[in-house]
Amino acid sequence: MTTKANSTLLYDGSDWNFPTLEKTYKAIEEIAIGDLGLDVYRNQIEIISSEQMLDAYSSVGMPLMYQHWSFGKRFARDEMMYRKGYQGLAYEIVINSNPCISYNMEENTMAMQTLVMAHAAFGHNHFFKNNYLFRQWTDADGILEYLQFAKSYIAKCEEKHGARSVEEILDAAHALMDHGVFRYRRPPPLSTREEESKRRERQEYEARTFNDLWRTLPASDKNAAVSDSEEERLQRRKLLKLPQENILYFLEKFSPVLEPWQRELLHIVRTIAQYFYPQKQTKVMNEGCATFVHYYIVNTLYDQGRISEGALLEILHSHSSVVMQPTYDDPRYSGMNPYALGFEMMCDIKRICTEPTDEDRQWFPDLAGSGDWRSALRYAWANYRDESFILQYLSPHLMRKFRMFLIADDENESQYQVKGIHDEAGFRKVRAALAQSYEIGRLDPDIQVVDADLKGDRCLSLRHLALDRIPLDTKERDQTLKHLRRLWGYDVHIESVDRDSGALISEARLTGERLEASIR
Amino acid sequence: MHHHFIDRRANPKDKSLGNRQRFLRRARARIKEVVNKSVQDRNVGDVAGGETITIPAKGIEEPQFRNSRHGGNRSRVFTGNKEYVTGDQIDKPQGGGGQGGKEGSDDGEGEDDFRFSLTREEFLDMFFEDLELPDLVKTSLQEVHSVKMHRAGHAASGTPTNLNVLRTMRNAHGRRIALHRPSRAAVERLEREVADLRAKPVLDDEEQVRLAELEPQLEALLRKMRVVPYIDPVDIRYNRYEARPNPNTKAVMFCLMDVSGSMGEREKDLAKRFFMLLHLFLERRYKRIEVVFIRHTHHAEEVDEQTFFYSPETGGTVVSTALVEMQRIMKERFPSGEWNIYAAQASDGENFSGDSALCHELLTNEIMPLVQYYAYIEILDEREFDIFQDARSGAALWRAYQEVADGWHNFAMKRIAKPADIYPVFRELFAHKAKERVG
Repeated sequence: MTTKANSTLLYDGSDWNFPTLEKTYKAIEEIAIGDLGLDVYRNQIEIISSEQMLDAYSSVGMPLMYQHWSFGKRFARDEMMYRKGYQGLAYEIVINSNPCISYNMEENTMAMQTLVMAHAAFGHNHFFKNNYLFRQWTDADGILEYLQFAKSYIAKCEEKHGARSVEEILDAAHALMDHGVFRYRRPPPLSTREEESKRRERQEYEARTFNDLWRTLPASDKNAAVSDSEEERLQRRKLLKLPQENILYFLEKFSPVLEPWQRELLHIVRTIAQYFYPQKQTKVMNEGCATFVHYYIVNTLYDQGRISEGALLEILHSHSSVVMQPTYDDPRYSGMNPYALGFEMMCDIKRICTEPTDEDRQWFPDLAGSGDWRSALRYAWANYRDESFILQYLSPHLMRKFRMFLIADDENESQYQVKGIHDEAGFRKVRAALAQSYEIGRLDPDIQVVDADLKGDRCLSLRHLALDRIPLDTKERDQTLKHLRRLWGYDVHIESVDRDSGALISEARLTGERLEASIR
Repeated sequence: MHHHFIDRRANPKDKSLGNRQRFLRRARARIKEVVNKSVQDRNVGDVAGGETITIPAKGIEEPQFRNSRHGGNRSRVFTGNKEYVTGDQIDKPQGGGGQGGKEGSDDGEGEDDFRFSLTREEFLDMFFEDLELPDLVKTSLQEVHSVKMHRAGHAASGTPTNLNVLRTMRNAHGRRIALHRPSRAAVERLEREVADLRAKPVLDDEEQVRLAELEPQLEALLRKMRVVPYIDPVDIRYNRYEARPNPNTKAVMFCLMDVSGSMGEREKDLAKRFFMLLHLFLERRYKRIEVVFIRHTHHAEEVDEQTFFYSPETGGTVVSTALVEMQRIMKERFPSGEWNIYAAQASDGENFSGDSALCHELLTNEIMPLVQYYAYIEILDEREFDIFQDARSGAALWRAYQEVADGWHNFAMKRIAKPADIYPVFRELFAHKAKERVG
């Protein structure tokens, strides 16, 4: 317990005002920076109404987003859910930008504002600034400016080409958004002014290379459905940079039918997709970090006598509902709650550092008893993503606490198999399986552009590498093919192949309006 | 470390309005279907509420390449183990559903429908679309309240045009008395006396004393006049106006319809829209609206709405029976001194031979003098509609009504075959209304 040197309450009662927010922010900052040693972007905390929160929801939380019907759809749904009381609103939204913008709802009580500031303005903010994925893949300095550019560019396109033509391209681009990221190559930083001038260069450059590419076509020779020689094939794949995991990038560069502004739209959509790419892979860690930070800070504030018991209880009430993990047979169960897993793992690291058991010493020889849990946590937050974090840090203690068990579900078997539980024999298996389920390659199917038959019918070929024979959702696949066809302009073909055996699982080809699909 | 708080609450709301409009446009066809359907389910009197609607997701899906939820060989980690040990076999749920927990409702089936709320304005917009109302009318119908400016006491501030002279002068007068402002007459008398004394070449002792007395007196009076002005800003009063909803008057709307066998579902649906539109119009003007439904074949009766639209009836067609019934109800329950009476009649134009003359007589002598407005539609099928282009030609009933229309400017009649034809019947009613609003 800290000294009661500044043992005066920051606030009393539930109403908040700006001076109190200011005072409380300072108190939180003292602990976050001075005690936890966090390193954050400058904070910009915006107070908004619930109406505005709904607005923010609908446009993926970004303060400046271009206009699209799908955001309106999201708003309509959220609004109805909210008005009918099916769903509450988040207390905050935070944006990975510099300055770090967080939205706090005006309806929050002062106690909730305290929680939210500690959680978002310090927890998430530190994570955004320090985690390697965010540092490598996103550009917090440029994102707001870039979004501004995107918004006005798209508005201009709507004016010039009509809202419907823009919508058509955006719909198609959104369908391929998850396949519009480079997974292994770092994108260049954003800069809008540069971006604009580069855009023109890019167009010119493309026009040139693009022509070279298509000039190899025997002009309108329909009979020339001869297969290419192997050499030509290799040559073509090299020119087209195939195979290519970033489908939007490929279309932006090589689609034979898109106009320059349409290519720019694809570029915008994939830039935004790339920006959100790290968030997908760090849900557990990001929420775990923010939740741990707010938990530590509010408890310290209470120990310092700066918030009342009532405020603490209110905060803990909301905290515990956030980190609640229902068991598998609970009707509320919907998989692992990232807040629960993340928070428990952070607390567990602290425990291992300060009060290790013999088991911990055996499993985490470097960490156990090191005492300095602050830097241990900061190190983990900076250098891992969900998959590697779980693989590295999930302890037997925690697997027991959650009573985790591993089930194998093979479509060819009539029963599920329990492959491992929270015991000595199962720890490693369970942990590896849990870590694997957060691997990005399993969240999104692995699909690549493998060929474009430039000499023949110009059919674009995609290959899906199925992990553990898990197929694509065929209904959505067929719909998405239509969008792909719109962007490519000619026939499109996709085959699902088992990654291990290379055996064909299913394929589909869209010729004009006609879809041919088959399953092996 | 710098940081700052920004209060965004006063920023414009509806940032996502553009997105919503795009969404509605996208889903328009489906929303329209639902709205049309709900028009059939609604009563004439409550078209105007917004509502939560469910539309099929077709056309507003956002497909992606996604892993199927079925098939393949999967490993999953669950929490909350109770009795399982490694090697246990667990039966899969029947029907190949999910693997415990929430996933029972997978397959995306539940996502095929999309539920959300339409506002009253959006709902009416869709409703009006077929009716092809002019914009001015649309906005006037969508507005919830009409207000009128009413005098409401006085105020100390206002525009010069609203200055209340009487009040202002009265206040000034009271203040002048209370503060002893010297009257002009008293000052003038003193001035005259002083001037007279000064005008004398020589003053005797008495006069000199008098002048010495009077001069400071006059000066004091003049100073007081300056200090206590004739009209002071505090005296000024303005007439105050207040926006009040239109007078709380009541109206009754008579819906008359021929329900003989020749009126099919299409005809009744058109008639319903016709009645709804009139009701919407009345809603704007009157606080309380009664609706009376009179259906007729060869005899007429007052019925409830459900029976009116949906209960089948057979028999001949004698239009005058409905008019007689209406007249009776008016007399009994809706004296024209207290009620604004509107009538809307829909028919397919057939009538028992010889009855049309009676209708003409009833309307001209008994009904038209008492009603605010009488609208008649004759519902034809599209083929007939092309034939009867000339308003002058038609069956006996049409010709008889034509004569009524010639005599009464508040009698409107029209042949219709589709929803878009309905509005012109009311054109004058709305035009009149629009003028009134401007005036």
